[in-house]
Amino acid sequence: MSSDKEPLFSAKNLKLITTPIGPQNPITIQVLGICSALAVTAKLEPSIVMSLSVVFVMVFANLIISLLRNTIPSRIRIIVQLVVVASLVILVDQILKAYAYDVSRQLSVFVGLIITNCIIMGRLEAFALGNKAWPSILDGAGNAAGYGIILIIVGFVRELFGSGTLSFPGFGTFQVIPQAFYDLGYVNNGFMILPPMALVVVGIIIWIQRSRDKSLIESH
Amino acid sequence: MELLNIFVKAIFIENMVFAYFLGMCSYLAVSKTVKTSFGLGVAVIFVLGITVPVNYLLENYVLQEGALSWLGSGFETVDLRFLSFIMFIAVIASMVQLVEMIIEKFSPTLYTSLGIFLPLIAVNCAILGGSLFMQERAYANIGEATVFGLGSGVGWLLAIVGIAAIREKIRYSNVPAPLRGLGITFIVTGLMGIAFMSFMGIKL
Repeated sequence: MSSDKEPLFSAKNLKLITTPIGPQNPITIQVLGICSALAVTAKLEPSIVMSLSVVFVMVFANLIISLLRNTIPSRIRIIVQLVVVASLVILVDQILKAYAYDVSRQLSVFVGLIITNCIIMGRLEAFALGNKAWPSILDGAGNAAGYGIILIIVGFVRELFGSGTLSFPGFGTFQVIPQAFYDLGYVNNGFMILPPMALVVVGIIIWIQRSRDKSLIESH
Repeated sequence: MELLNIFVKAIFIENMVFAYFLGMCSYLAVSKTVKTSFGLGVAVIFVLGITVPVNYLLENYVLQEGALSWLGSGFETVDLRFLSFIMFIAVIASMVQLVEMIIEKFSPTLYTSLGIFLPLIAVNCAILGGSLFMQERAYANIGEATVFGLGSGVGWLLAIVGIAAIREKIRYSNVPAPLRGLGITFIVTGLMGIAFMSFMGIKL
């Protein structure tokens, strides 16, 4: 194992976590996993729950596929990956239904859609099939964290401006914009809760990220 | 009349892309030219039109609580719904494979034009999403489920062809450099979504 020669958190391994959060972010740069990302971000709470679910599924899927990588025949690897991911998602779905039923109702079909989340399949194909278990876990955690950060930013912005509140799993909803503002005539931007605004918010995040890091700019 | 309602609703009001963001990965990746995006759209209609009714049968005769009662009275309380994700995705993956083989055998020209897209479709969220929405909304019969599948596919085709046409033109306009490519595509999709929201007032 690699851990014999190098420490568990060597510079190379840490890089696996940090690059997907910044310059190789799965959503804003690699364009993966957008499907399930946007629909759940109208409030902060479901965004956090969704991110945690993806972290869980991704770390374990990467671990399992990486352990099996020498025994999976390459012709049927897609099916094997789908079965592993689907079983993990069923686990997450059942846990959510049992312990967080309200959130599970809000997420509706989008928990199931983690199965076809392109980040998971993409990382399994690109990384876990060719690397040892520990780097695969880190890669999974890093990419899922990069996905989660964007989700949480979008959820934060949309809930703050759309409803004037912030909600956290397990703690409930807090009124953030003080009542005095409303008395002075401040109105919540109801537009922010509508689905299309998620796309625009992500577009703006991409804009900010790329104007800070010019090397990411596309020709067209 | 009911069928027409479901069809129109699936295309405009509950559009897969603009209302639920399903199938965004291939929507963003394959929308550079109108021709290829049209090919992918047709393939999506095709696969949705097949997998939604097949999964409908599976849901109603195998997975639901009491659905297995045709096997005998001992099965009346069996509820297999927790297996639905894995069953649906297995059906979709095998259907895509089957459809690919059938098209290759009977229509080589269609196969060459759809060829590269078909395997991609197995992991397109819109396909699994179609089946999961079908399960959640509990359509009354297989006809409604089929029409819902086809309508969702048509809505998806409309969305991807629209964005591809816009992207072809946007190449000639002066977009701020950091927004080029992905950024502007997101924002344009958002604007298209706002336009599509005007259909929400339609009562069917």
